[in-house]
Amino acid sequence: MKRIARPGRWLIILPPLLFLFIFFLIPFAVALKISFAETAARVPPFTDVLTTGADHRLHLSLSFANYKYLLTDQVYGVAYLYSLRTAFFSTLICLLLGYPMAYAISRASKSAQSVLLFVIILPFWTSFLLRVYALEGIIRDNGLLNNVLLHLHLISRPLHIMRTSVAVYLGIIYSYLPFMVLPLFATLEKLDHTLREAAADLGSPPWRVFSEITLPLSMPGVIAGSMLVFIPAVGEFVIPSLLGGPDNLMIGRVLWDEFFGNHDWPVASAVAIAFLVLLVGPMALYQYYSAREFEA
Amino acid sequence: MENRNSPLLLAVLCIGIAILYIPILVLIAYSFNASSLVNVWGGFSTAWYGQLLHNRQVLEAALLSVEVGFAASTGAVLLGTLAAISLIRFGRFRGRLLLIGMVNAPLVMPEIITGITQLLLFVSMLQLLSWPHRGFTTIVLAHIAFCTAYVTVTVQSRLQSADRSLEEAAMDLGASPARAFIEVTLPIIAPALLSSWLLSFTLSLDDLVISSFVSGPGADTLPMVIYSKVKLGVSPDINALASLIICAVGACVILAGVVMRRTERRRLLELQAAER
Repeated sequence: MKRIARPGRWLIILPPLLFLFIFFLIPFAVALKISFAETAARVPPFTDVLTTGADHRLHLSLSFANYKYLLTDQVYGVAYLYSLRTAFFSTLICLLLGYPMAYAISRASKSAQSVLLFVIILPFWTSFLLRVYALEGIIRDNGLLNNVLLHLHLISRPLHIMRTSVAVYLGIIYSYLPFMVLPLFATLEKLDHTLREAAADLGSPPWRVFSEITLPLSMPGVIAGSMLVFIPAVGEFVIPSLLGGPDNLMIGRVLWDEFFGNHDWPVASAVAIAFLVLLVGPMALYQYYSAREFEA
Repeated sequence: MENRNSPLLLAVLCIGIAILYIPILVLIAYSFNASSLVNVWGGFSTAWYGQLLHNRQVLEAALLSVEVGFAASTGAVLLGTLAAISLIRFGRFRGRLLLIGMVNAPLVMPEIITGITQLLLFVSMLQLLSWPHRGFTTIVLAHIAFCTAYVTVTVQSRLQSADRSLEEAAMDLGASPARAFIEVTLPIIAPALLSSWLLSFTLSLDDLVISSFVSGPGADTLPMVIYSKVKLGVSPDINALASLIICAVGACVILAGVVMRRTERRRLLELQAAER
């Protein structure tokens, strides 16, 4: 607002800016610092990177051992690739399931639309942990799914889903589906439907109208939804921990174990930093440039 | 809009919604199961709910979670509103891009990364400043950080659609910017503040990963207790607890939705009246 004097403005800007700077951004700097430290048997369990010696000058002792360890120990590479693969295919399935859902909602009448949206949003806010736990009740060996299938004589022995990759996939799809549907709906709803009608009037069959008009125009929603599913899914901890087996090592679980099991904070920091650089960095850059393009 | 949904589209929509709801409904149904065997229906009973009332660990954790939720969502609404005002009303300023980034990043950042880095910060701060001790304070600070992001996004969209000319008219009539904001803009965005408070509360009540990292000894939130119980296996009293939480959160979300919708409708009616 032009009429607020400049110093007054900063009273409003600074509190959130400073708070998020200190409690969201600085932590990453601290993690970066500790990723160069070494494990030590003390509290907190790592060596100082910056020390003041007897001559009152700052000494910097960087150790790259943690990063070397990440590169040499196979667990991290395997877990990282497994996380990427799992997140990729779950995102794909979410997209294949979520797109028709969002499309159907966008074509419903206005009053049906708001009810349907609410139906999608409600689980979006419902406890993540509890929903994963609820899913376990469905897919475990003596759960509802197996009972129904056995009852219908479709299978003769219970399907073993828990503690497998399938359970992890189901968990991610079930938990993140609303994150895909909502942004897709937001773009599909804004889509100018006269374009579709024009194409149909000019003789395009429905599949061509979809593939040449609707789909390209809804790409922003596809990208936004995929990012909202993909990034958190790569770092997912609760789902592989509760539904997956010992083989389903996702990077989030490795981090958790490194921290709470091995108490190796420097290695955990290095894993976190590497994860950030390899995954969130490129995504953030992409977001930044697409936002700039949007503003231009 | 045309309502020409093909049966196939409707079928996928129904399947999707069924996938989202069946597990929750089954969980709630089984929380009334008299049998302690989780896969056998032994008749209707509310015994598991009664048992929860005598579980001190659960009650203490629930109390802590509610306290954290209140503190965190109040803090987040304050900070998030200020951030939204800065981003919508102040044009370009130094640090704007930084603020946009810090408001949007927590929405996609994997929780485990946020949790680890915040723990490291708190540990380093404790070394340097002897504050804060891990427990209630650190959980609240960490929750404020991620809830602020959600509040900012909600309030931002509300501010964007609010009519600037009302505020300007008030200032033309001699109100100070602060007074114009409090008497004109605040009532307009109040529903967004209430609904974002409720949503922050549910987010805070829900959080497992970040809390697990930044919490200290003896400060277990409800999700932490549930997680450790679930790790040990499915048990009927978790079903009861889970059903209670899901209903509480559902009520919060429905309330937030109703508040938003009602004010939206009132605004439309007022617009129509003004046009007449």
